[in-house]
Amino acid sequence: MADDEQLRAALVEDLDAGFEAVVRAHSDVVHAVARRTVSRAADAEDLAAEALLRAYRALRGYSPARIGALTLRPWLLTILLNTARNDRRDAARRPRTDGVAPVPDRPASAPGPAERAESTELGDHLAGLLAELPVAQRTAVVLRHVVDLPVAEVAAVLGCGEATARSHAKRGLDALRARLTPEATP
Amino acid sequence: MTDDLQSDSLLAALRDLAEPAPATLADRVVDTWVRVPGPLGEVFAVTGARGVRLLRPAAHAGDLDAFLEGYRARHGRPVLPAARAPRGLLPALRGTGPGPDLDLGDLTPFAREVLAVTARIPAGQTRPYGWVAREAGHPRAVRAVGTVLARNPVPLLVPCHRVVRGDGDVGQYLSGVTDKVALLEREGVELGHLAGLVGSDTTGVVCFPTCHHARRISAAHRQGFANLERARAAGYRPCRDCRP
Repeated sequence: MADDEQLRAALVEDLDAGFEAVVRAHSDVVHAVARRTVSRAADAEDLAAEALLRAYRALRGYSPARIGALTLRPWLLTILLNTARNDRRDAARRPRTDGVAPVPDRPASAPGPAERAESTELGDHLAGLLAELPVAQRTAVVLRHVVDLPVAEVAAVLGCGEATARSHAKRGLDALRARLTPEATP
Repeated sequence: MTDDLQSDSLLAALRDLAEPAPATLADRVVDTWVRVPGPLGEVFAVTGARGVRLLRPAAHAGDLDAFLEGYRARHGRPVLPAARAPRGLLPALRGTGPGPDLDLGDLTPFAREVLAVTARIPAGQTRPYGWVAREAGHPRAVRAVGTVLARNPVPLLVPCHRVVRGDGDVGQYLSGVTDKVALLEREGVELGHLAGLVGSDTTGVVCFPTCHHARRISAAHRQGFANLERARAAGYRPCRDCRP
């Protein structure tokens, strides 16, 4: 996987070819976070694609100096989470009339048959519990523990300090642990 | 101790929730272009994951770099050279195949319907703008049809050159009237005989002049009509294929 410095240089050299390299390097992490942000697998791919195109449009307006100063992964994930928030807001403002359910405010806790088939039972259960966490805790747990980002990048995406990011992640983990073992805490 | 074990298994289960991106994601984000031969010289075509999004005659589009930069600016999408032409594009441009998948998702529903109607006009035949408007479900939107076709993102693949004026004039074309005339002549259309309707006094059926049924009418049985009302008044019914 190309490192960030090479990717930034590639973007400055040839935006489109460089962007393809960025997509190849970061699409897994962008998709994994998208998957934990929406309830359906197909919506996750739509959201990831939309966010990546938004990133491309932003880059077209950036100077080489600004591109040179980007930390790509947290920057892409910030765009992803903003895109998801805008989609939810738009869906709430313009109720769909075509009979398709609106985008829920948080991922559904009960996965459908297709989702059940694609992962383990524990994974489903955990995904459901994760979806029920408050948004800051959920985002922190997803970034820190699902896609394994360093705390500095988690803080950059959440727009907070590292101590706060750590605390969100810890409280999220504690809540998950408590809900996984309800019998242990009568 | 128990807590640590549990914590470890929780962290492992969380890491297992990281689903890798499907292989289709990159294709949905990065479009590709090709330069291939067309009926009137080379064309540039841009393809996304769902199909061809844009096609322009090279002579009309000008410089390749300017064409690509225009695409990026207008659509906000990256575009890189394709390894090969999308399936179906070359046969369609030779006139020997049904054509590649198209991605017209950026258009309005009305524009998509106009292009869908236009795509059904057979080679060697023409239809008036008003006919396209009626078939698209908006009989009064004749001007709007002209606007949609003037901006057709995929000319040749959606044969907007087969749509002509109701008075028999060939009308406008996005890369110029000369191209439109040349395309219609290649398909064997007789440009002097596009106006009005033609009926057969043996069958009592009236057609557009380029309809394959109309072309089979012998001179002795051929009756011309200015419009459908006149033909109906004379006891003719409209052809079920070309639906004048």
